[in-house]
Amino acid sequence: MITKIVSKKFDIPESYKLEVAQKNGAYGSLKRLFTMTPDEVITEVDKSKLRGKGGGGALCGPKWRYMPTNDPRPAYLIVNADESEPGTFKDREVMDKDPHLLIEGIICSSYAMNIHTAYIYIRGEYKWLADRLNTAIDEAYEAGIIGETLMNGACDFKLDIVVHRGAGAYICGEKSALIESLEGKRGHPRLKPHQKECEWYFGNPATVNNVETIASVPHIIENGYEGYTQYGTEKSPGTMLFALSGPVKNPGVYELAYGLKMIDVINTLGGGMKEGKKLKAVIPGGVSCPILTREEAEKAVLDYESMWDIGSTLGTGGMVIIDEDACMVEVAKNIIEFYHHESCGQCTPCREGTGWIDKILHDVVTQQGKLSDIQTISDVCDTLNGKTICVFAPAVADIIGSIVVKFKDEFEAYILGGQAISSKEL
Amino acid sequence: MKTFTLTPENKEKFEKLSKRYPKIDSMMLPTLWLVQEQEGWISPEAMIAVSELLSTTPIRVYEVVTFYTMYNTKPIGTHHIEVCKTTSCMLCGSKEIISYLEETLDIKPGETSKDGQFTLSVVECLGSCGGAPMLAFNGDYVENLTIEKVKNLLEESSDDN
Repeated sequence: MITKIVSKKFDIPESYKLEVAQKNGAYGSLKRLFTMTPDEVITEVDKSKLRGKGGGGALCGPKWRYMPTNDPRPAYLIVNADESEPGTFKDREVMDKDPHLLIEGIICSSYAMNIHTAYIYIRGEYKWLADRLNTAIDEAYEAGIIGETLMNGACDFKLDIVVHRGAGAYICGEKSALIESLEGKRGHPRLKPHQKECEWYFGNPATVNNVETIASVPHIIENGYEGYTQYGTEKSPGTMLFALSGPVKNPGVYELAYGLKMIDVINTLGGGMKEGKKLKAVIPGGVSCPILTREEAEKAVLDYESMWDIGSTLGTGGMVIIDEDACMVEVAKNIIEFYHHESCGQCTPCREGTGWIDKILHDVVTQQGKLSDIQTISDVCDTLNGKTICVFAPAVADIIGSIVVKFKDEFEAYILGGQAISSKEL
Repeated sequence: MKTFTLTPENKEKFEKLSKRYPKIDSMMLPTLWLVQEQEGWISPEAMIAVSELLSTTPIRVYEVVTFYTMYNTKPIGTHHIEVCKTTSCMLCGSKEIISYLEETLDIKPGETSKDGQFTLSVVECLGSCGGAPMLAFNGDYVENLTIEKVKNLLEESSDDN
């Protein structure tokens, strides 16, 4: 069931050390890389249909083409390691167990876009991972892999990598907020241009990619795009690091080709539910995706198109499993507390809307709820959707709106009964 | 008013790191980290010192410090306990862990125990959902918590030992 591309060195002891990593094939893609022109590299990635693994799922090749060519300004690669989506803990595995794969990916990507400085923006809480990355980068500098030239002069290309620590703000995972933060400001997302274009760091062209996306590039360069498209489905080729969390027997990160059935993954790799409990719902890709009921989860297939067809998204691939004992009102309250806390406060519908829903659900869980509250929550979700600068507010509307609609009976019973009632008791 | 200065060692780190960015503005977060590592928190005096280092105004530093949750704007205890309360941890029992810590330390989240040893914070997702429930103890992740495990952690780190 497992397909190891990004995770191929995860099981090797001490694979974070350069010596061990190199014995197991690290930096092996660079030999072929240096025989290619930057344009050929982008074409290869384009043909592999590699997608952004941070949640959006946008194609990586076209994104790299937005970078201006023959531009006098310096260009920057910014690796998004601000993994903060609840239910997502995959990038940390890459940085923890195979930091040299990330460095190798940065080399390939920088070479493709003629970039000489890369920043890894890592969330502040991952202090030990920032240390691990810094150690790996120092090793790479000392070994002459990066620096003034690549691979001890094998390629005359200067490359510097800098680790930049965030300080605890979920919104900094949004790429334009991330750049604002990197520029030393509050992490407020920027207005998006009408046409597709690259990002801008101090007015210089920049591209922002997720850790896993960058870590997938060396495999494509080394084996060609066919080496990647042989896995997965036709429209969603390749693999992704899926994560399971919540009350399953074996939570963890598993690299899987796209196109597997969600329920098989939960029952086989996840080992099924703890204590023989029944599955009640799944939030498929971090809490920002519409929730799936058990019936929907049983039909769900893990690729982008299938998930869109059933009205949800694949997101980051971090599945939060919910068992029959959980009260969906309390789950909704927990999630809205998160969003209320993390809203950056820039747009009124989001700042006020998340607080409003939080307040309503607070009333509900303290036995002061009214049946009309359910409609009010749906109305606030309508106000959140599509009226803000970034996708934070639509994500809130997606998850909270879907819980309220799909588990309306639980909300009604909770309000009328004034206490936690799981669907088992209805 | 007291003044704040970076230690010579941290000043050197600051100089070295600032060469790695195209503009000094990017040094905001790294400099604030240096301050917090040195002092444990970021005082108004330190914010003024940072604004001078970055050739900006104190209010610009203040607005950044207050936006990011990891910067402490008041002194904290010797040990900082941050318990995750978000969805996966909640489903796996973080409420019991938080209640246990509140009772044992006799404080509410955001407070420091009377002996100044422990500060308790309840935080949003720390990216450790596979090891739920979990907490960060002085920044180090402790996963798959049980009451027993938390009890041992408190006992081992207590000054009374």
